[in-house]
Amino acid sequence: MNFQLSAEHEMIRKMVREFAQKEVAPTAAERDEKEEFSREIFDKMAGMGLTGIPWEEQYGGAGSDFLAYVIAVEELSRVCGSTGVTLSAHISLCSWPIWKYGTEEQKQKYLRRLAEGSALGAYGLTEPSAGTDAGAMRTNAKVDGDNYILNGTKIFITNGDGDIFVVFAITDKTKGAKGISAFIVEKEFPGFRVGGHEKKLGIRASSTCELVFEDCIVPKENLLGKEGDGFKIAMSTLDGGRNGIAAQALGIAQGAFEAALSYSQGREQFGQPIFNFQAISFMLSDMATKIEASRLLTYQAAWLEQQQLPYGKASAMAKLYASDAAMEITTNAVQIFGGYGYSREYPVERMMRDAKITQIYEGTNEVQRLVISRYIKG
Amino acid sequence: MQFKLSDQHAMMHKMFHEFAQKEIAPYAAENDIKAEFPAEIMKKLGAQGFMGIPIPEEYGGAGADFLTYILCIEEVSRACASTGVILAVHTSVGTFPILYFGTEEQKRKYVPKLAAGEYIGAFALTEPGAGSDASALRTSAKRDGDDYVINGSKIFISNGGHADVYTVFTTVDSKLGTKGITAFLVDKDTPGFKVGSIEKKMGLNADVTTEIIFEDCRVPASQRLGKEGEGFKIAMSLLDGGRVGIGAQGLGIAQAAYDEALKYAQFREQFGQPIFNNQAIAFKLADMATRIEAARLLVYQAAFRKENGLPNGKQASMAKMFATDTAMYVATEAVQILGGYGYSREYPVERLMRDAKITQIYEGTNQIQRLVIAKALEKGL
Repeated sequence: MNFQLSAEHEMIRKMVREFAQKEVAPTAAERDEKEEFSREIFDKMAGMGLTGIPWEEQYGGAGSDFLAYVIAVEELSRVCGSTGVTLSAHISLCSWPIWKYGTEEQKQKYLRRLAEGSALGAYGLTEPSAGTDAGAMRTNAKVDGDNYILNGTKIFITNGDGDIFVVFAITDKTKGAKGISAFIVEKEFPGFRVGGHEKKLGIRASSTCELVFEDCIVPKENLLGKEGDGFKIAMSTLDGGRNGIAAQALGIAQGAFEAALSYSQGREQFGQPIFNFQAISFMLSDMATKIEASRLLTYQAAWLEQQQLPYGKASAMAKLYASDAAMEITTNAVQIFGGYGYSREYPVERMMRDAKITQIYEGTNEVQRLVISRYIKG
Repeated sequence: MQFKLSDQHAMMHKMFHEFAQKEIAPYAAENDIKAEFPAEIMKKLGAQGFMGIPIPEEYGGAGADFLTYILCIEEVSRACASTGVILAVHTSVGTFPILYFGTEEQKRKYVPKLAAGEYIGAFALTEPGAGSDASALRTSAKRDGDDYVINGSKIFISNGGHADVYTVFTTVDSKLGTKGITAFLVDKDTPGFKVGSIEKKMGLNADVTTEIIFEDCRVPASQRLGKEGEGFKIAMSLLDGGRVGIGAQGLGIAQAAYDEALKYAQFREQFGQPIFNNQAIAFKLADMATRIEAARLLVYQAAFRKENGLPNGKQASMAKMFATDTAMYVATEAVQILGGYGYSREYPVERLMRDAKITQIYEGTNQIQRLVIAKALEKGL
């Protein structure tokens, strides 16, 4: 075992951290306040080569690895949880299934645009009656000549204002989960539209939309994998997506911890920095320890994926632990800031609002426990 | 010991609950977004006599006991946490200071109007450099003939800009430390007194919270509350009762969040059955219910002790700390149980989570509460 990041990974961290400080941090509070998704920031990430970190150069990627990817998501999330999830959903949820299951044509046509960042990607699985029970979805796809016709609605779709969507629909109602198929949908396809934008507690600068398919025409060559492969594709995509969310939670926790640590050393009451009170320093010690553990679990899951070793249990553990830790850490960070922590003029209340969703999406932490319990049962 | 509310208290509790659900709850979401003082609701509370529940009848109050007041705070907060704290601040730290420490003239001048809800009360202690360390306050009051001249500023003042009278803590001589702290009753339109910026907060948005500024603000000596140097004692004694009120607010928030989560868990189906059928969810709700039960007992115990003149410092702090930590925990879990919908502003639980957080911080952070408890333990109390 080696617990040191390679020089390359350290360099990527440094590069993304500097980018995040310069291009993302200054507008984080304002974008949250105004609920504004910034396509400009996404374009700048594309310019930095971040939008295709793990993919091969032949597809327009940076030719790096999944560990570099989670480090990038972590560093972005440290200053802006919304920006972190924008990149995570783009890479893990949209690009990955095309990379893994796409034909060479599909990869050249779609993965390239996603990797280069000229297109923003999203993943359409969830529906009003199909959250944790994704198999209960109702969006359906019927063959019609050279096309599939999609009808249905998806909700809570991150990057819903994007360009390319991996969408799941039922092609055979009689087969349950085995009757679900995956499709690559472009926003220009007739019959596709973005419905409402979700009004959220946090990650307000992340685009979260309803997607509406009304006799949406999807060419047959946009079927991803084979008919009936959809559920498997959806679930395996979430495995890697969990690493991205673990990294997002880790970054949010890191940002909150640093802010609280700094505040506690500057703020004086009773004639001394409040850090001097064990109540505060011990709280910070617990926060630091949980971040350390979150980081190791997250990097381990990314490393396993990169090594093409089984990573399902590791990614569920990383997502579960890092998101629970982020919720606790950000809540305590607000506490350490006292009255100021509750004010929107300070960043920690935003971090607390952002942290909450990481315990819920891409598989609630209850689902993560279910997944882990299946692995440990053997 | 008796673990049943008296018929009288049970009836009051029911009445407060029905009133709050009908007249306050339907406006809570909108008031959070508007972030304005809910003047209409406060008028309704005044009309019902809820603005002076524990105030003696001779001063225009309902003359009810402290537990009755606490039950009201609980049920109002359950409907809208912002309204709950406005009421709690108005009574516990906006009216009680005058009732307990005022001269007969001061009491006659202010208490009946406060009890009727004609006047709104507020409490101004906190400053940028004086949070947990309240005694480090710097707002000064200099004697000048028959007046005092006040200079300084306060922050995070609930009801700021909407109160008619503010109980303000100053120092007449900072070299005296806590023994120089002196309280004054400052009327809203006093020249030299002005309301500064409105705080932009995570939650409790209808509880308008502002800076207040004193620039050569001249008040007659007859506005001084208690004697010079008594101010710190006044502030600390008020906080005990205030803590029980905030405990009740936390309890109300927790109950509201739990009710939403329980209802949703029994209605929302996945995998062909209500999600309540999953042990993970059922056990979460069981834990939430248990903590609320314990919080309720701690809050009602503190109310009982205050009513009966029993030493209550430790119990009031325990009630505040436990009930507000419970509110934070229950509201956060409620969002979890509602899943993606819990995160949406179209559902009430994310607001409850935002509202809950401040209850762990104000009127003495939960770290200060632990300090108070620890000191009591040290004394063998």
